[in-house]
Amino acid sequence: MTDRPGGRGPAGGALSPLLLVGILSVAVVLIPLGYVVVATITMGPGELWHLLWRARVGDLLTNTLLLLVAVVAITVAVGVGAAWAVCRTDLRGRGWWHAVLSAPLAVPAFVNSYGWVSLTNAVQSYGGAVLVVSLSYYPLVYLPVAGALAGLEAAPEEVARSLGRSRAQAFLSAAFPRLLPAVLGGALLVGLHVLAEFGALQLLAFPTFTTAIYGQYRSAFADNAGTVLASVLVALCIGLLLLELLVRGRRRLARVGRGSGRLPEPVRLRRSRPLVLGALVTLAVLALGVPLYSLAHWLLVGSSTEFVVGELGTALVSTLGLALAGAALTTAMAMPIAWLVVRRRGAAVTVLERAAYTANALPGIVVALALITVSIRLVPAIYQTLPVLLLAYAVLFLPRALVSVRGSLEHAPPVLDQVSRSLGQSSWQTFRRVTLPLVAPGVGAGAALVFLAIGTELTATLLLSPIGTSTLATEFWAASASVRYGAAAPYALLLVLASLPATVLLSRQSRPRRGHDAGVGPLPEGQAVTEIGVAA
Amino acid sequence: MTPLKRALALAATLLLTLPLLAACGDDGPKVVVYNAQHQELIEAVAKEFTKETGIDVELRDGSDLELANQLVAEGEHSPADVFLTENSPAMEVVDRKGLFAKLEQKTLDNIPAQFRPADGHWTGFAARSTVLVYNTDMVKKSELPTSLMDLADPKWKGKVSFSPTGADFQAIVAAVLALEGEDATKAWLAGLKENGTVYDGNNVVLKSVNDGQTATGIIYHYYWYRDQEEAGDNSDNTELHFFGNGDPGAYLSTSGAGVLANAEHPKEAQEFVNFLTSEKGQQVIADSYALEYTLNPKVQLDRGVKPLSSLEPPEVGTDELDSEKVVELMQEVGLL
Repeated sequence: MTDRPGGRGPAGGALSPLLLVGILSVAVVLIPLGYVVVATITMGPGELWHLLWRARVGDLLTNTLLLLVAVVAITVAVGVGAAWAVCRTDLRGRGWWHAVLSAPLAVPAFVNSYGWVSLTNAVQSYGGAVLVVSLSYYPLVYLPVAGALAGLEAAPEEVARSLGRSRAQAFLSAAFPRLLPAVLGGALLVGLHVLAEFGALQLLAFPTFTTAIYGQYRSAFADNAGTVLASVLVALCIGLLLLELLVRGRRRLARVGRGSGRLPEPVRLRRSRPLVLGALVTLAVLALGVPLYSLAHWLLVGSSTEFVVGELGTALVSTLGLALAGAALTTAMAMPIAWLVVRRRGAAVTVLERAAYTANALPGIVVALALITVSIRLVPAIYQTLPVLLLAYAVLFLPRALVSVRGSLEHAPPVLDQVSRSLGQSSWQTFRRVTLPLVAPGVGAGAALVFLAIGTELTATLLLSPIGTSTLATEFWAASASVRYGAAAPYALLLVLASLPATVLLSRQSRPRRGHDAGVGPLPEGQAVTEIGVAA
Repeated sequence: MTPLKRALALAATLLLTLPLLAACGDDGPKVVVYNAQHQELIEAVAKEFTKETGIDVELRDGSDLELANQLVAEGEHSPADVFLTENSPAMEVVDRKGLFAKLEQKTLDNIPAQFRPADGHWTGFAARSTVLVYNTDMVKKSELPTSLMDLADPKWKGKVSFSPTGADFQAIVAAVLALEGEDATKAWLAGLKENGTVYDGNNVVLKSVNDGQTATGIIYHYYWYRDQEEAGDNSDNTELHFFGNGDPGAYLSTSGAGVLANAEHPKEAQEFVNFLTSEKGQQVIADSYALEYTLNPKVQLDRGVKPLSSLEPPEVGTDELDSEKVVELMQEVGLL
């Protein structure tokens, strides 16, 4: 907390090439955004007004905002509540509960929707959309908050209590501010997910900007209308990012030295135990039980269920291959940007970082279309090849990697790098031997998040993949969109299985611990996951 | 750090080997098809075609206007040789950009003139009839509307569902526009929006009618017949109403096939479309799960589907379909 990370240390020699790489990465990520902006500007005010100022856009705006607000509020409440119950009470089997509550991350949102919709049409409504989407996304809040709680030492709360605050007051005044970055980071991820969600909402028959853009694109010509709708989406996303910046304020978290590192005594639940237990069981049944039951049901009784091993295998291999390669590329691109943001603070770098987030609100279809247009005009040789598809993934999912890498870098004190340099290590050696081991958990978490996202990506994959590529997501979608629920089931099952390792990785990183040293070294392990660190 | 390194190495290996895998078996003659028709159907045709000619078929699947827009964006650099759609408006989009080559005369001769544009730039190869599916518990036969236009009437409020973002419904709107004019079409769309429930996809519409969520739905005939042939899970509580009588609701939509002017494999492409329209290719369609009408007069679709000759569709030329106007009207009404 004492160090000023913005100072130009001995590592400054590494700056120029790094800055260049960072700028280059962001520039690539901004191609689709540029495409939307240029298309909107060149349209002319008359047509623009005509496309924007109509009842349909009003409906979509209302739908999108209502969904956004409700889902963010519910996921924050559920995520923080569940994390508190698991990490801070004397609940039995907390490791088991943690695994169960993280597990919905392995069930992609559209598989969850499929599970619900194929059981009851009642979820094809606003309430249903809020319910199903919240159940899919609450782990994005739960995991970072659980991670942060696990690393939160008792001392500040004990001080508050010794000054006469009640337990609840002490939690709110002394613990909550330290949780805030994790809560905000999770809420921001949920918000961005909601804005860009396509498959789940399409199945739930709840139109938002993203599903409408897809509808436009499937019907309109020269895709102007879709692009204009996308520009509204970008505006919403920028609003969300600014809001998050505003609430976050100027806080710094890195700390050298250990502090007392003791975790607080768990809260005794006593009479409220059945209540808490009941709530957790309900959550697990709704978020995990329903989709898994539905999946099993369709696997067993679906009239269109087939196990074509060859097709399933091909789709599985290409999904894993694309997700691994895409996660590697995306995480590699996130590293220099994260380093700049944490160690070279300044207005320009903040703009750079936030720009990278903005592309995340663009639906896959817009990113794909932009890359089609750009790649076929400028570099036709790579059109419909793997590199372009991987680039699209990087554009879409860079923020997920950035959030994690940045979070762990926040907690790696720059003084360690400086010590390393002063001992004669080169900047590359320092990065390899000091920085990288410190941020490795965050890098792994970021890669896992990106892996999950690519595994379920739909629209960009459809448009940009090399001809003949089929992935689990595209095959699942083809079947479930035409109500062949049984045929979709094997793909859904494989999607869940393929997502499991990454989910386990994420879950372990924020595992709640009890009674031993929480502040080990500079990097409390759990906080690496998605604690988004601090604003510039 | 070691696991991280290992993961990176694995990823790098995959990154390098994936294109190799994709490039396997690239040597023989081939044709690249952008396919917006149902995947299983064209895969069945392609398999027979490859068996017959030794030419490999590479399919890129998508929906009508998705692929049409992609072809337009790609322009002359497009890797596509052949474009197949479910409905004709998307063919017109590509044709208006001058991207199609003329089809060989022997291919055109396979299909009656009413199912293809006069300039021979593309041809129909299958057709589907507009129908109204209704829940037999909720609507009596005697209450059924005589015209598709009646569904805009307030008495159908809350009783009709449809899938406006799909190319299928938009083709039907294009027919209404050609037959009834702009004002009537706009009023009809506004009435439908007021009365109807919107779903994504004809299968979803069919299921919602079967489940009793809505009383009727505007779809194409084969969705119902297919479900009946499978197990009837999504259609056993329903029946089909054919409007006939030249009504817009009896519109017969044509699935189109065309060869791209800049095709890399023009000979193979022409051969593919010829096979698709030939007696053999059409028989594959008639025997498949698709249950769409075949258009080559030498082949008949039986299997209990109401015969093509008894449908009494309205007369609408493929070049009369103004999809741009359709989208404009649907945007004004707020369906898009």
